[in-house]
Amino acid sequence: MSSISLKQIGLFKEHMANNGVHFSRCYHCRCCGNGCPFLPAFDFAPNTIIRLLQFNLINEALESTTIWACVGCNTCSMECPMLIDIAGLMDGLRQLALATGVPPAEPDILSFHQAVMDSISKYGRTNKLDIMIRYKLKTRTWLQDWQVGLKMLAKRKLDIFASKVRDPALINTLLNTDKK
Amino acid sequence: MTEKVYAYFPGCSLATTARENSQALIHLCRQLGVRLVELDDWNCCGSSSAHSIDATVADKLAMRNLDITPANTALLVACPSCNLRLRYAREKLRTSKEARRKYKSWFGRSPARSIKITTFIELLGKTDLSSIAPKKNNRLKGLKFAPYYGCMLARPPLMHREKNYHGLMERFLAKFGASPIKWSHGNRCCGTFLSVVRPDVVSSMVNSIMNDAAQWGAECLVTACAMCHLNLEIRCNPDTSMPIFHFAELLAVVIDETNSNGFFRKHLIDPRPLLKSRQLIP
Repeated sequence: MSSISLKQIGLFKEHMANNGVHFSRCYHCRCCGNGCPFLPAFDFAPNTIIRLLQFNLINEALESTTIWACVGCNTCSMECPMLIDIAGLMDGLRQLALATGVPPAEPDILSFHQAVMDSISKYGRTNKLDIMIRYKLKTRTWLQDWQVGLKMLAKRKLDIFASKVRDPALINTLLNTDKK
Repeated sequence: MTEKVYAYFPGCSLATTARENSQALIHLCRQLGVRLVELDDWNCCGSSSAHSIDATVADKLAMRNLDITPANTALLVACPSCNLRLRYAREKLRTSKEARRKYKSWFGRSPARSIKITTFIELLGKTDLSSIAPKKNNRLKGLKFAPYYGCMLARPPLMHREKNYHGLMERFLAKFGASPIKWSHGNRCCGTFLSVVRPDVVSSMVNSIMNDAAQWGAECLVTACAMCHLNLEIRCNPDTSMPIFHFAELLAVVIDETNSNGFFRKHLIDPRPLLKSRQLIP
């Protein structure tokens, strides 16, 4: 298991604060968790994640399913009386987990995100059929949802010829500039 | 009436999966005297996956769209998630010097001083619909609908001072005789991309939305988001399902019934029996 140094935690907190995420404001009223429709998919409620961070227990937060199952619907951020951008915090933690090599607690969710990013670098836009094929290749879940897929194909909701930008190479160059 | 022109940003969903939503929107805007010219060479807004795993990529994608928007033209964004991402990027450019510096390094020029972004909902908020459909004011009479906003009106703290549009769908459809139900799931997230990876979680969320709507007597759900529309249709229990409409589709039916039949063929839950029983389509 990789472990994050106190210095890295400090940098992360600073980075979050620069992006308007001030989680030291949290006094654990739990409004965020009460509003969250994804709570059943989480191992820690949103305020618990914040509590872990307040105690510098960042590894536990990075290994949680919470940061992966959160879709960023912003319900928690709207509920929060202290205006903490909780969805933004989850984004930050997820990206820190990727940067520090913490294995995702929900690997399929990461596979899905990667499939979407691959589609964007190929077309400059997302293409649902392309994403689903990439996702299924990664996860080998061919049988899941095949009926839905066929129905969507029949209704022409999945495009075989992807809608794309004029020059996807330009998007690719843009996405790869100043990459660390 | 002089025609207003907007740069139209359909977004990936409305350009493909939810083409009928886009058609209804363009159709309705034409009736309102608004011409939508698709933003030339638009790209993904950076929503869901990009901002989930790479904030810089999300910024680049959103800002490229802002960069290619013609000067002095307002951007009309069809999809609620795109709207959020593009506005978020604009807000970042407005408030952060660092973001402006990066923008310049990526696109070789400074961001435009003011970029106007508007949504369909805001456009309607400024429009007097009764002026275009004066004689048909009661076409939706008796139609009980559940106004479903999902997360589209949620504003992260950075945007908390922006205007709140709750109640707009109710107000507009009520003008034509439809009656909104009062329910508790109007702002419940639809599950977005988790629908692919964790259908178990999303099915139970979608069913609790559908069941709540049914419990309060709704005959259909009205949404303004293509993602919500798709998730509700594919993840609901077929036994308790009810038709789902895009807000623009229903308005298009009210204003001009002849042209709207094409939208409904593409729905996964067929809404035509309901519309026929209400004599809304032939």
